[in-house]
Amino acid sequence: MSAADITAADPGTVPEVVSRKPPGVIRVAYRMWRTRVGTFIVALLAAIALFGHLIAPYGERAAVGLPFKPAGKTRKHTIFGSAKVGHDVWTRFLYGGKPILIAAVLATLLALVLGTLVGLVAAYNRGKLDDVLMRLMDIILALPQIISALIVISMFGATTILIILTVGISTVPRIARVTRGAAVSVVERDFVAAAESLGESRFRILRSELLPNIAAPLLVEANLRLTFSIGLISGIAFLGFTPDPGAANWGLMINENRQGVLGQNPWGVILPVIAIALLTIGTGLVGDGLSRAAAGIDRSKGGDL
Amino acid sequence: MSNNWGVIRFIARRLALGLFTLFVVSLVVFAATQLLPSDPAQAILGRDANAVSVAALRTKLGLNHTAFYQYTHWLKGMLTGNPGDSFNAQIPILSYISDRVVNSLFLLFLASVISIPMSLWFGAYSARKRDTLFDNVTSNTMLALASLPEFVVGIVLVLVFSLRVWHLLPAVSTIGIHKGPWSDMKGMILPTATLVIGAVPYISRVVRASMIEVLESDYVEMARLKGAPEKVVLWRHALPNALGPVFQVIALNIAYFAAGVIVVEALFNYQGIGGALRDSVRVRDIPVIQFLVMVLAAVYVVTNLAADVATVLVTPRLRTRMR
Repeated sequence: MSAADITAADPGTVPEVVSRKPPGVIRVAYRMWRTRVGTFIVALLAAIALFGHLIAPYGERAAVGLPFKPAGKTRKHTIFGSAKVGHDVWTRFLYGGKPILIAAVLATLLALVLGTLVGLVAAYNRGKLDDVLMRLMDIILALPQIISALIVISMFGATTILIILTVGISTVPRIARVTRGAAVSVVERDFVAAAESLGESRFRILRSELLPNIAAPLLVEANLRLTFSIGLISGIAFLGFTPDPGAANWGLMINENRQGVLGQNPWGVILPVIAIALLTIGTGLVGDGLSRAAAGIDRSKGGDL
Repeated sequence: MSNNWGVIRFIARRLALGLFTLFVVSLVVFAATQLLPSDPAQAILGRDANAVSVAALRTKLGLNHTAFYQYTHWLKGMLTGNPGDSFNAQIPILSYISDRVVNSLFLLFLASVISIPMSLWFGAYSARKRDTLFDNVTSNTMLALASLPEFVVGIVLVLVFSLRVWHLLPAVSTIGIHKGPWSDMKGMILPTATLVIGAVPYISRVVRASMIEVLESDYVEMARLKGAPEKVVLWRHALPNALGPVFQVIALNIAYFAAGVIVVEALFNYQGIGGALRDSVRVRDIPVIQFLVMVLAAVYVVTNLAADVATVLVTPRLRTRMR
C-alpha cells in the first residue's frame, strides 16, 4: 500500500503491473459506500476548515454588534447572528476548524511515525528490547490521554506545539501495539530470513520487508487515532485550553457560546457541534471501510479496539 | 493443581507491573512541580507579595529541601492519606475533594450499571442477528456514535432535552453541599446519559466481534447439532466464552469514564473530581492536580489488573496454558 495506490484510484490509468498484485486495501475500501460517503464528508469539512476563512465576510476578531444576537438584530448584516463579544458566528465558524484539524493531523502523523518505528523494532528484535519498549508503552497507556494533556497544559500552558506533542506521544503506544501485533507473525516468514541472509541492513528490512506487510492494519489504526485526536483536541479546547483565547476554535466556540443557547442565538453552538460531529463521523466511516477491507483481504484482525 | 501456581505467579507479575507503573507515573507527576517555570510560592501569593512572606511560604511548602526529600515526603503523604493542602483553596486536599469523590463515584456507578448490561445485550443480540436489518442499523448507528467526542453528545442532549426543543431536564447539575448526588436525581440524567452514549457503542462493538468469533466455533456448532434451542446456545454456550475480552472491555470502559468525567463534569457543571481537575489546571493548583492524577491513574491500573486476572480465571484455555 504505497502512495501510488492512493493516486491510482482511477481504474482507467492503472498500469498492468499493478493488476497482478492483489487489490490494495484502499481500493477495496473505496468500493464501499461508507468509505465514499466518509471521504466526501471529510473532504468537505477539511475544505471548510482549511480554506473557509478566505470567504469569511468579516475579520476573525471583528465585532458585528452586541453579543448573542440573532441574524437581523446585529449592527452589520449576518447570516447566523453574533457570538460572544459580538463576533460574527459565520466568520468564527469559517476560521475555527483550522487549528483543530491541523493539530489533529500533525499529532496523528507524529504518532504514526514513532509508533510504527517502536512497534517494528520491538517485533523484529523480540527479547529484552521488546520487553522494555512494550513496558514503556504500557506506562504511557496508564494515563488517559486527556489527563496527560492537562498535566502538560498546567505546567507550560496550552501552546499548539505542546498540544500536538502531547496528543501525538500519548497516541504512540496505541499504534506501537497494533504494529507489533501485526509484525510479529511477519517477522517469522521466509522472505525476512531471505533478506537477512542477503545481508540487508536492519532499517531496510524494517522498511521494505515488514512495513508493506502490515500497512493494512496500520492504516486502519491511524485512521481511528485521527478520529480520537480530533475529539481530544477539540475537547481540550472545549475545556477552555487553547493557544490563543481570542482566536476562533470550534471546541472553544461551543463552550463560550453556551450562554447564547439560553438567550436568542443558539447558532454559535450548533454550527461547530455539527462540524465536529460530521468530521469525526466522516473519519469514522472511512476507518470502518478500511477495516472491513483489511479484514476481507486477509483474515488477520488489526486495530479492533 | 500445578495450574494454581501458574495463575498465582501471573497475578503476582501483573501486580508488580501495576505498582511499577504507578511509581513511574508518580515520578512524572512529581516532576511537574520541579519543571514549573515559576516559583510555586510566588505563584500562590501573587507577583506583588513581599519577599518575607514568599520565603515563609517556601519553608511551609518544603521548597527549600532537595527534590529527593520533597518527592519522598510527598509520596509518604499520598500513601498515608495526607496529600497536603490545596494552593488555591488553602485547605487540606482531602476535605476539598471528599464530596466530589462521592459525586463522581455515583455518576460512574450509574453510568456503569446502565452501560455494561446494555452493551452486552446489544453486542450479543446483533451478533446473533448478524447481517440482518437490526444488525445493520445498530452497527451503523453505533459506529457513528462511537466516533463522536462526548462533549458533542452532551451538548446535543442539552440542546434537545433541556434548552431548545423540549424543556424537560436541567442543563446543569445542582448538587447541594454535603447533600449527596442522589439529592438531585433529575440533574443526574443528562450527565449519565452522555457517558452511557459514549461508552455503549464502543463496548457493544467489541462484544459483537467477540461473540461472532465464538458463534462460529466448533463447540457452538456442536451445541446446535445436539439440538439445544438457539437461546440456550447464545446465553449458555456462547456468551460465557465471549466473556474474556468483555472483561477487558469493561475495564477499558471504566478507564474511559475516568477520562470522560473531566469533559462531562465540566459540561454539566457537575461537582466531581473531573471538574475539579479542570478547575485546578486553570489556576495551576499543583498539589490538587498531582493528587487527582494519581487517583485517576490508580483507578486505571487497578481496573486493568482486575480485568487481566478475571480474563485468566474465566478462560480455561489461558488457565491451562500458563507456565
